[in-house]
Amino acid sequence: MAKNKKTEAELPKSGPLFDYAPAPESPAAAGEIATSYGHFIGGEFVDSSGSEALKTVNPATEQVLAEFAQGTEEDVERAVKAARKAFGDWSALPGSERAKYLYRIARIIQERSRELAVLESIDNGKPIKETRDFDLPMVAAWFFYYAGWADKLDYAGFGPNPRPVGVAAQVIPWNFPLMMLAWKIAPALATGNTVVLKPAETTPLTALRFAEICRQAGLPKGVVNIITGDGRTGAALTAHPDVNKVAFTGSTNVGRSIARQLAGSRKKLSLELGGKAANIVFDDAPIDQAVEGIVNGIFFNQGHVCCAGSRLLVQESIQDELLEALKRRMATLRLGDPLDKNTDIGAINSAAQLARITELTAAGEAEGAERWAPACELPSAGYWFKPTIFTGVSQAHRIAQEEIFGPVLSVLTFRTPDEAVAKANNTPFGLSAGIWTEKGSRILWMADKLKAGVVWANTFNKFDPTSPFGGYKESGYGREGGRHGLEPYLNVEARDV
Amino acid sequence: MSEIATRLDVMKTYKLFVGGKFPRSESGRVYEVTDGKGQWLANAPLGTRKDTRDAVLAARAAVKGWAGTTAYNRGQVLYRVAEMLQGRREQFAAEVAAAEGLGAKKSAALVDQAIDRWVWYAGWTDKVAQIAGAANPVAGPYFNLSVPEPTGVVGIVAPQAGYGHSFLGLVSVIAPAIATGNTVVVAAAANAPLPALSLGEVLATSDVPGGVVNIISGRTADLAPTLASHQDVNALDLTGAIAADGPGAAAVLEAAAADTLKRVLRPAVDPSAQDWTNAPGTERLLSFLETKTVWHPMGQ
Repeated sequence: MAKNKKTEAELPKSGPLFDYAPAPESPAAAGEIATSYGHFIGGEFVDSSGSEALKTVNPATEQVLAEFAQGTEEDVERAVKAARKAFGDWSALPGSERAKYLYRIARIIQERSRELAVLESIDNGKPIKETRDFDLPMVAAWFFYYAGWADKLDYAGFGPNPRPVGVAAQVIPWNFPLMMLAWKIAPALATGNTVVLKPAETTPLTALRFAEICRQAGLPKGVVNIITGDGRTGAALTAHPDVNKVAFTGSTNVGRSIARQLAGSRKKLSLELGGKAANIVFDDAPIDQAVEGIVNGIFFNQGHVCCAGSRLLVQESIQDELLEALKRRMATLRLGDPLDKNTDIGAINSAAQLARITELTAAGEAEGAERWAPACELPSAGYWFKPTIFTGVSQAHRIAQEEIFGPVLSVLTFRTPDEAVAKANNTPFGLSAGIWTEKGSRILWMADKLKAGVVWANTFNKFDPTSPFGGYKESGYGREGGRHGLEPYLNVEARDV
Repeated sequence: MSEIATRLDVMKTYKLFVGGKFPRSESGRVYEVTDGKGQWLANAPLGTRKDTRDAVLAARAAVKGWAGTTAYNRGQVLYRVAEMLQGRREQFAAEVAAAEGLGAKKSAALVDQAIDRWVWYAGWTDKVAQIAGAANPVAGPYFNLSVPEPTGVVGIVAPQAGYGHSFLGLVSVIAPAIATGNTVVVAAAANAPLPALSLGEVLATSDVPGGVVNIISGRTADLAPTLASHQDVNALDLTGAIAADGPGAAAVLEAAAADTLKRVLRPAVDPSAQDWTNAPGTERLLSFLETKTVWHPMGQ
């Protein structure tokens, strides 16, 4: 027996014993943000051929951070040309040399990690503790992992003569701007492709900063090109006849239109689209760990996560106990200044996204679900949304079917494992799922039955560069990460049969 | 000798193969199938959109059982198909000879290769997870596995041309899809559907559960668009979809498949130049798989 086991009476009472002192990160650590940016094409920062400029704001303050170019078709043309020109030499380079460029990039990312984390937090609105402790380490790890593949492609199992596809057009979302960039660029370069990447129009700054890193690493000109702009620029890029491969992460609707656009073109296509993940909690689950997993599943990154555990499926017999524990935990979440190291929940990325979350949650109430959020003050400026849960949700409710992409959890119940599986699979999506139970055989049975590309058992929202990630059904096709993540960027021997 | 034969052959009524049964087309219609010289061979059922939808229903119903069976058992079933084919080798050789206008030696060789191809894929059933799966060394205390799983229902436009397409080509597209646990709806070669319809008879007696393979004959332009747009078809193999087919052309079908974000296996650049006697690779096996990654913490 442990001698120093504390009795109930000695344990601290729940409730706020101490208040937090602010622990702000300095915005100056982000380095200098220029007042206006052009594109990064052929190794140079260049002005757009058009005159239209967009503004990126700090979602926590609504202050304009910088202007950047709305890429025109002519800009796209220039960028694709630069990538095409660079492709010959880059793809001919021995894999071991390409690997060293990627290692250099990974190291420079580590060196400049604090700067990038702060800049990401300012431009995106996400808390510094997430950019610092999750995004940036993951970004560096992604480049390290794929650096090691560059000279081992013959052993990757995709045929005897794996070859790069050519010029890759890559369009990424705003929820993890740098991490999505790393997920796209690292495997593309390792396999010998050159890229034109378009960051999201609300979060272009870290991609443009990454361009500087490419220069520091001495990456040959044109191997990585960054063009900015909104969906029009993205559409011009994915439609460009001289790109050989399109990789898109974003909404299912845009993914659908890209798939339609590319039909008959023979361009390779990989899509990472929406999700509506079920996080399934059984009555024998460790409740405290499950609560942490639920909170992490839906409130991580303000719920701006395609694989967020946005539908809690809780076994009916523990519903009350679990919800009470969840509400207690949610009341301790700290919402506010993303640059404060104590902040759990930062700002919603944009006014448009806030409007969408507001609209869908209003629909949840209108359809009869019960809404709850902890008491918390919202800052007066910026885009904010309280961590919110809905109980009494039915499968037909919009908040149970549509991706909200915000800190909003819909709670449903089930009685049997079969019912949990049926409800979990009852959306057109199939990106991720969570299972919480102490019963190993049930975990394996559930993991087998769930239509989802990633299944987290007794954990949630774990990622690793060695680990394939991607969806079933309308959550898209192709995998990113791991050996599987090479395939979208490789051609193998011509198919006859 | 008199012009009247001493014994009249019993002719076969060719039927669709759907859900393990042999229905006539709901259209009540047939179309003429001829040999290379334009001689009438038989009437084949003129399959319709409704027939295709019925077949998708059957294929969906069969997914749970077929995907859920063990890889070993699926291998046994595929091997059994080869056994059954071996016994009907001469029949298929004659049908292939008529369908493709080939001599007896060549058509027999094609059937032998088709039998061998079933055997090849039978052996893949319990190995594909070992080459397509992974144990991922993540940077943390987690048990992390990636396993390939069947995509679900695969719609297949069977090869319409190329040396050996009518049977060896057909087998080459069906076997890999079902070896990995998918169920299929196949639009047979429109001009040479008889070996495909006869294959249904073999599958029905080979322990292949009803609905795992469904074979429809008819015009590609009628059948393929239904497969491409169907909400309950998960993947599309467009091997036989060629440009001349209008609404059945690959690009049109691929665009239709985008609405439901189906996985699409595109046809070769020139499908008519395909030689089905070439050795198969793993692309077809891997095209109709999804990778599922499962995480679990490790600790005491």
